[in-house]
Amino acid sequence: MKTIIIAVLALFSVQLSPPDAYEILQKVDANMSSDNRIFESTMIVHGRRRSRTITSKSWSEGSERSLTEYLSPAREQGTKMLKLAKELWIFSPSSDRTIKISGHMMRQSVMGSDLSYEDMMEDRKLTDVYHAEITGEEEMDGRLCYVLELTAKVEDVAYQSRKTWIDKERFVPLREELFAKSGQLLKRTDLSEVEQIQGRWFPKKIVYKDMLKDGKGTEFIMTNISFNQNIAPQLFTKASLK
Amino acid sequence: MIQFLLKGILRDARRSRLPIIIISIGVFLTVVMTTFMSGVIGDMLDMTAKFQTGHVKVMTRAYADNADLLPNDLAILEVDELITELEQTYPKMEWAERIRFGGLVDVPDEQGETREQGPASAQAVDLFSPNSKEVDRLNIRKSMVTGDIPSQPGDILLSDDFAKKLGLSIGDKMTFFGSTMDGSMTFKNFRMSGTLRFGTAALDRGSVILDISDARQMLDMEDAIGELLGYASNGTYDDNRAVEIANEFNAKRSGSDDEFAPIMFAMRDMNDMGAMIDYTKAMTGLMAFIFVFAMSIVLWNTGLLGGLRRYREFGIRLAMGEEKRHIYKTLIYEALLIGALGSIIGTILGLAVAWPLQEFGLDFSSMTQNVGMMLPAVYKAKITATAFFIGFIPGVFSMVFGNALSGIGIYKRKTAQLFKELEV
Repeated sequence: MKTIIIAVLALFSVQLSPPDAYEILQKVDANMSSDNRIFESTMIVHGRRRSRTITSKSWSEGSERSLTEYLSPAREQGTKMLKLAKELWIFSPSSDRTIKISGHMMRQSVMGSDLSYEDMMEDRKLTDVYHAEITGEEEMDGRLCYVLELTAKVEDVAYQSRKTWIDKERFVPLREELFAKSGQLLKRTDLSEVEQIQGRWFPKKIVYKDMLKDGKGTEFIMTNISFNQNIAPQLFTKASLK
Repeated sequence: MIQFLLKGILRDARRSRLPIIIISIGVFLTVVMTTFMSGVIGDMLDMTAKFQTGHVKVMTRAYADNADLLPNDLAILEVDELITELEQTYPKMEWAERIRFGGLVDVPDEQGETREQGPASAQAVDLFSPNSKEVDRLNIRKSMVTGDIPSQPGDILLSDDFAKKLGLSIGDKMTFFGSTMDGSMTFKNFRMSGTLRFGTAALDRGSVILDISDARQMLDMEDAIGELLGYASNGTYDDNRAVEIANEFNAKRSGSDDEFAPIMFAMRDMNDMGAMIDYTKAMTGLMAFIFVFAMSIVLWNTGLLGGLRRYREFGIRLAMGEEKRHIYKTLIYEALLIGALGSIIGTILGLAVAWPLQEFGLDFSSMTQNVGMMLPAVYKAKITATAFFIGFIPGVFSMVFGNALSGIGIYKRKTAQLFKELEV
């Protein structure tokens, strides 16, 4: 009896102790990553002269494979982007060409937005890429957050470090600041419209702001998200581009 | 008297040989250095003006703030209206529309997938209009290595090095991948009609030249322009006039706070060219001054030596009743003749060396391979009208100045002591 009481108390105390940084990241990964997902998105690029709205549909599988087809406006319609591991291919119907994006082009803006091709490519779990450390707690958009500082543990990463505000209750990032190796702040993302989808919390809206350029940022709004669907493997081949 | 003095100079070679040699060397150096300096700096200014800045350049204020990034989303709109206004206000200027943009040149394989690709720096200019001077202005005809200048839409020129790197031959197809003015992805297929070499590392690395109509279609920039370059009709950059035009143009728009209002810059206000222009002027003046100063000291000494050597001659001439003033005058005339002779020889020798430097130049391409500035790979001299007389100014002046200083000694001679001095 005494042993049972001690075991229950021990279990209870474990449950009450705050999670460490790694556990927090694991919970974030559980929300943000999935075996596969399909979603439609609306990207609103706020330029200095005018704003543009681009819609697309994306299919992704793990962190290695994804396909995005642009649906509108007319100039972008039919353009497809295929990610295969570390390769990115773009098909343009107007020129009937399939072009590989590599090297310095990966850091270029996608369609004038605040996202780079590298940003679009990065879909790995945070726990696979970063070491984490809790540096404090702050309120963000009325919600209590853990503030984590993440430092890259792998070489091939777009951002050497991140500062991220994780919702303490839902384990979803609400803000991220992305830094270069030099320590310079490169981008800021604000995540909102957090909804429970298929048992996980997921932010449907992300506002990207490239801190190195003027402008009001880019809104990325995901709609019709579904996780862990049956996606035909041939979708992630170059043949599906044309 | 000149004939008499000339005979004296030629017959008594000991009297004139050393000064003539010194002046010839000095004038030779002046001619070579000034032609080389004006060639190199002139080429740099000229190349920058033709490819990047114009004599004046109009952009929007927002574009000008980030001009290094070539932000075509901030381009000038309704450009035809602006050009009409500029042509009416400044009839002695010519206006050239330019769009500069970056992107990726992608060469397909048999399946239409990427075989080779490389980052490109594109310059869109008016190649097709019958009245366009851009082909001559950018020296495209003379820079062609293979193929022809684009003659139809869809033709493109690549720098020869870039084409070789991509394994392209004349007539091969490629795709230019970039961003439209609004930031959309844009893909356009082109045919390589020719290759060129400008002799400037920054241009020869990955440069692409195409007609502005193709660029406009590709970048969605109908009636829009990134940069509007103005050139004086006579082709010569006049710094004061360029600044005046820019100030006048900007003053008219000073009341507007529209970030897309056009703003004009003189060449000196762009790419740190002001410092370069001032440096050119200062260097030319400094070189002439240093040469005159140094040569004057040398020739003064030469004159003094000559004076000492001719101490006995002047003494005899004074003893024979020749006036001090007359001796001094003949000395100056002699200096004038010797200066002129030395300057002629030095100028001929200088031009003889400057000519091959002008035609063939000195190849510094291995040292400028990674330089982003608009620097010529081959440094050439430039023989201008100035080169024919620049040497005479210091050559004659310094000889006369040196002799004038050393000849003052004639006035210090005392007639009463002449025979004692001459040991007669």
